[in-house]
Amino acid sequence: MSDATAAEAAPSTVQVTINGIAVDAQPGELVIAAADRAGVHIPRFCYHERMSPVGMCRMCLVEIDTGRGPQLQPSCMVPVSPEMVVDTTSERTQRAQEGVLELLLINHPLDCPVCDKGGECPLQDQTMAYGPGESRFVEEKRHFQKPIPISDLVHLDRERCILCDRCTRFADEVAGDPLIDFTERGNETQVLTFPGEPFSSYFSGNTVQICPVGALTASPYRFKARPWDLVETESTCTTCAVGCRIAVQSSRNELVRYLGVDIDPVNHGWLCDKGRFAFGSVASPDRVTRPLQARTPSGTTSDIADAEPLRRFQPTDWASALGAVAAAVKAARPGAIAVLGGARGTNEDAYAWSKLARTVLRTDHVDAQLGDGLPAELTVGLPAATIDEACNADTTLLVCGDLREELPVLHLRLRGAARAGTTRLVEIAPTTTGLTRNAVRSEQCRGGEAASVLRNLLDGDDPLAGELASGSVVVVLGRSSVSESAEATAEVAAVISARVPHSRFLVAARRGNVRGALDMGLAPGMLPGRALSASPPRELAAAWGEPPGERGHDATGILAAAASGEIDVLFLLGADPLTDFPDSMLARLGVSGAGMVVAVDSFVSQSAAEADIVLPAAVFGEKSGTTTNLEGRVSAVGELVTAPGSARPDWMIAAELAVMCGGDLGFLSVDEITAEIGAVCATHASAIGPDLAADGVLASGAAFEPEFPPEHVAPARDAYGLRLVCSRKLYDGGVTVGQTPALESLAADTVMRVHPVDLERVGVESGTEVEVHSDRGALRLPIVADAGIARGNVVVLFPSPDIDVGALIDVTAPVTDVRIETRGGEASR
Amino acid sequence: MASYTIPHAPGFVANDAPRIVTERFDHPDSYTLERYLATGGYEGLRAALERTPEEVHGEVRSATLLGRGGAGFPAGVKWGFCPPGVWPRYLVVNGDESEPGTYKDRLLMELDPHQLIEGCLIACYAVGLSQCFLYIRGEMAVAQERVAQALNEAYEAGWVGRNICGTDFSVDIVLHWGAGAYVVGEETALIESLEGNRGMPRLKPPYFPAAIGLYGQPTIVNNVETLANLPWILRHGAEAFTAIGTPTSPGTRMVAVSGHVQRPGVYEITNGTTTFRDLIYGEDYCGGMHPGRELKAFVPGGGSAPWFTPAQLELPFEASEVGPQGSMLGSGAVMVMDDTTDIPAAALTLTKFYAHESCGKCVPCREGATWLERVLRRVCDGTGTPRDLDVLFEVGASICPGDFPHAAVPERGLEPKPFPYQMTTICFVGPSAFAPVHSAMTLFPEEFEARVAPNAHLDTGPSHGPASGTGPSDGSAPNSISEVAIRV
Amino acid sequence: MSFFSEENRSLAREIIGRYPKRRSAMIPLLHVAQAQAGWVTEEAMVEIAELVDTTPAEVLGTCSFYEMFKREPVGKYLVNICATMSCALAGAAELMEHAEERLGVRAGGTTPDGLFTLASAECQAACTEAPCLQVNYRYRYRVDADGFDQLVDDLAGGALDDEIPPHGVTARVRQHIPADRAVGAVPPEAVNEPPVWMAAPAGNGAGSA
Repeated sequence: MSDATAAEAAPSTVQVTINGIAVDAQPGELVIAAADRAGVHIPRFCYHERMSPVGMCRMCLVEIDTGRGPQLQPSCMVPVSPEMVVDTTSERTQRAQEGVLELLLINHPLDCPVCDKGGECPLQDQTMAYGPGESRFVEEKRHFQKPIPISDLVHLDRERCILCDRCTRFADEVAGDPLIDFTERGNETQVLTFPGEPFSSYFSGNTVQICPVGALTASPYRFKARPWDLVETESTCTTCAVGCRIAVQSSRNELVRYLGVDIDPVNHGWLCDKGRFAFGSVASPDRVTRPLQARTPSGTTSDIADAEPLRRFQPTDWASALGAVAAAVKAARPGAIAVLGGARGTNEDAYAWSKLARTVLRTDHVDAQLGDGLPAELTVGLPAATIDEACNADTTLLVCGDLREELPVLHLRLRGAARAGTTRLVEIAPTTTGLTRNAVRSEQCRGGEAASVLRNLLDGDDPLAGELASGSVVVVLGRSSVSESAEATAEVAAVISARVPHSRFLVAARRGNVRGALDMGLAPGMLPGRALSASPPRELAAAWGEPPGERGHDATGILAAAASGEIDVLFLLGADPLTDFPDSMLARLGVSGAGMVVAVDSFVSQSAAEADIVLPAAVFGEKSGTTTNLEGRVSAVGELVTAPGSARPDWMIAAELAVMCGGDLGFLSVDEITAEIGAVCATHASAIGPDLAADGVLASGAAFEPEFPPEHVAPARDAYGLRLVCSRKLYDGGVTVGQTPALESLAADTVMRVHPVDLERVGVESGTEVEVHSDRGALRLPIVADAGIARGNVVVLFPSPDIDVGALIDVTAPVTDVRIETRGGEASR
Repeated sequence: MASYTIPHAPGFVANDAPRIVTERFDHPDSYTLERYLATGGYEGLRAALERTPEEVHGEVRSATLLGRGGAGFPAGVKWGFCPPGVWPRYLVVNGDESEPGTYKDRLLMELDPHQLIEGCLIACYAVGLSQCFLYIRGEMAVAQERVAQALNEAYEAGWVGRNICGTDFSVDIVLHWGAGAYVVGEETALIESLEGNRGMPRLKPPYFPAAIGLYGQPTIVNNVETLANLPWILRHGAEAFTAIGTPTSPGTRMVAVSGHVQRPGVYEITNGTTTFRDLIYGEDYCGGMHPGRELKAFVPGGGSAPWFTPAQLELPFEASEVGPQGSMLGSGAVMVMDDTTDIPAAALTLTKFYAHESCGKCVPCREGATWLERVLRRVCDGTGTPRDLDVLFEVGASICPGDFPHAAVPERGLEPKPFPYQMTTICFVGPSAFAPVHSAMTLFPEEFEARVAPNAHLDTGPSHGPASGTGPSDGSAPNSISEVAIRV
Repeated sequence: MSFFSEENRSLAREIIGRYPKRRSAMIPLLHVAQAQAGWVTEEAMVEIAELVDTTPAEVLGTCSFYEMFKREPVGKYLVNICATMSCALAGAAELMEHAEERLGVRAGGTTPDGLFTLASAECQAACTEAPCLQVNYRYRYRVDADGFDQLVDDLAGGALDDEIPPHGVTARVRQHIPADRAVGAVPPEAVNEPPVWMAAPAGNGAGSA
């Protein structure tokens, strides 16, 4: 293409000159951004490409000539205009930059030798590059009390602060948690929280990362390392399924810090605090470092286990442990082996276990989900949307749990998109959520009734039907509550697909690599490459041989079978059904009813404590490979530290176990597995390889079209009862939070929340402890009024470290209706 | 509070010059609706309502009514900057008068609130502004009371609110009051404040409030005195208005003259023709200096303006003449210093003011203004050194790079440097902190040199220190900012 | 548990109702809070945050920007002596010295009886009447030492109770928009058309009132 036709093809660029270089800028692009793209660095403190410009620090002043002669202008505030001439190195520019730096430093303490930021400090670096080198300031500097905690995680040193508005802007604009603000005025201006109201944002750690000085420091990293001592690898966070790109940093073989890496399709550089500080659990002293063998069989010793879980076990070596497992496998009846879990590992781990199960253990009883997701065929097979597509759809329909609690950075992206007006959010939920304020419409529903609410809207004369029909639609679809069946959520997909056929879905899968595990076939009836066992792709059939015939059980089926004595060996691949499976009675019966329970885990979880053998697993940061986020985007995870003791990656355990069982998975390294995935999965052929870019690559679509469950009418409601809704909290008391000292104290406490009118019907004061009964069981806990809860719902946190909410849930029932009894024994009215 | 009488405000001095905005000031009940209606009140509005909004806008445009807030931009032109087709549009009345030396708007609000209200209505009608916010400085309790009372009367009588004068023209005027922050007088800071935020200016280019203002909507921000001219213009026509003053500066303007003159006061003067000599020495005006005293210097346009000396007395109130001579007319405030004045100390009172009023948003002002004040204070205290004088100029250059405007000093052969200046800050507060320092040191260098000469021996060692201050920074130091910050 | 009195709560509602966006009422509501308690308490800020739909941190951010809002108790009478140029030229420093001596506190201090807080203030827009001061934002012009002493005596003796309300109350006459006359505030996003007189300005019976 000639230059002339190129210009015609892109008439929307603006020609500017920056330091003599002709630059094609986008219309409306800021000069500083255009300069960045042209490779010209303009120093800056307040400007951040993911936030609106404020022009506060004046560091980016450059000479800009728009035809009226060169003027010093802040390049972060001025959009490009045709024929604009920019000089970032003129003498006047340099003098202005020197002046600003001198002024910034007059009150800056220059305690760089003891400052965590020293060595990676924009103020330090830009002073070296652009500063005057000396100061004429001889007065006393401003003084403040040295770092004050503004939250459990973040410390603020106001002496170092240069008041760039990055943290405060982030809190307000990006996170929506304006809990820090400038206070006072002029030379006394300082960032502060309101007394007694800390900066308890799920996203607080981002402010530390974007602070251009050492004013904000994160308590887990304070005085831990110097930047020049750090070893770093780029990776993808697997704390949840969003797949934020991160830089993992270690010092002396210990993970010390994660930083967000800015990639366009996913996280824009942001992380949630749970992901950012999750590294604390890696170095936990409670890690399982050697194989453990129970002194007594599972299912007989729960009293002892409760008292002192580890006393049940004696350490052993891998050969003995795997030998015992292999013996049990060989002795098992056909179809009596099951694998639960696999969402925590890499794609390679999942592939290895999927292959082990099908080709060596000869079982299809595999499920990476624990009764808390959508049916695997839907997750994998629904017409898929990316996060970007959700952020740019005409309408994005949210039928899922509270994304702020479950997939925080997806929440940030959607919130940002709604604020920017690139999409309209419409929400159907049993409670208000973090995005309710940003939604153009928020329909509240009773638990399990989203599908019927939606059906009524779309079949009636509601304007929503027309809006969805005429524009692009992305549905963020997930389980709003585990106390309603997966079919209730599947029905939502059915209702929308039937009425708005052009809808695309972003399945709000939660667990780290659950999408990758499903893509690798860790679900009954599924095979790697998003294929159904019923019609295995040729390449896979060639590599794996004949799959086990009958479709296996899902998690519910596995636990039910185990409970009735039909499972001889139950593998828990990082799965903790006693904590995470919604129906705790079934989970308990299943785990205790299995013949041998083998837990492959990094901690002795509640379920692992009941196991016969615990095999120590390597975790994130200790192994390399690939992972898949909820969009189906495959990206690389990196290994930076060595696993403690003899812990090893899941795939390696699978490979060794295969050998002990007389089989051979055919690979001896992660790279070989990666290559095999690429070879046998058509979906992953282009996605997997050594050149996986930072952005990752979307695996291409599924090999089949999903079948929707039939639509059925809403479950009959009990007019006087309440419907149980299980909400989730980011800090849920799970392993990541519980084993990360920095996050432990943030875990939420447990109450039961109802609409104030419903509380009035119950007839007790907010805060009273009451008894809640379902057909399955009962619990005592305080009940409080919350206007954000839809009438008729009672909302309880799940999972909860303190309360066995699962005791109320019958996983086979479509919804969980409950009634409240007060101390006097009166039924709720 | 029925028995409560709002106290009267002094300050205005009448004379024989034509009067436009102060014509009712002589009546003790000038602020009542009754007096207002009896003296032509709301006739300008009626005249406006008989014409189309475009015609009213055109009348104001041809009156060349210059903004009286300080920048002197023609109101009719400013109104035209609202982007077509973007609704709603708002009117924000800038009654946050706080520029040192200035207090005409306070008198207009206290003594003739209905005139202001009528002006607001005319502006709203002409430009299609659907709601008006009348932002009065927080410290002006009496002005707030007078305007509140006037608004209550006007609402009751049907002059404000729904279907004004029985027409389709309907507009609410909401009295809003500030809480003490000079910078809020800057129009973008005023909008921030009105939105409930810290009053920190927004960078204007590329978006002026007329395009993106209150709540992101097109917003006209007009000064109280500017709007107070509108009833007269609509009543008498633009031609009558431009017959007063000069073609480039028609009409009158209110000027407060304070300091060392015989009769300080607020005067309504004829724009463009009245000279500073008329104002300071005229029998109808200030009547000259106190007996036995001579004029040393004067600030011609509020605290932010570079200073003049007797050499500039013949200049008229005409921006195109004052600018090239190194200053500006600003907000109509002249502060006069006689030969007893301690020039460095006088400059300090102003620099201290701007340092105190810096909003803290942009670095050169937040850090530089305070630094200037601290060094200047040392110079005034007699503990400064000759090097401090260099520092004052150099810190100023970080706020205002290049030549800073100043008046001519004929006896030293110093040519004037024209207004305006370049600045590294968002708004004019930072440069305003430097203006008095620069003027004082340029016009009266000997007073500064005399102050620091005894300490010349202290300027030893390297000319510049390391890039740090002398303050300890380890937390053992006093923790309260108030021990360090400048609070005067 | 609410901070505002019932009367002020309804006043707050009235004030909020005048603005297209609630947050615009923040400064007026802080004034109402200060009028009620004499200073702005944390409880007040928490309640205002609820009323204007933001966080207490943002209310504190706005509140602390403005000089008039006191976040700790001050005297019944806040005496602000202007120190800016015109007053300084007319002897403001001497007036302040006298005031400090008379009241026995330094600028910034409050007398032990809680009656007076003395403060140095910036330009109060009464420059021709220098030196001037404000007591609870009520002017006193051309104040000399004797005048100051008389003022203090009058205030302490209650002679000025009618004119000067206790600290926190600024204007004692408030705007009240009668419901039948109000046009009403509309959120900007709800409007995308010119006001009716712009659309059809001619012949609407103008000037007949």
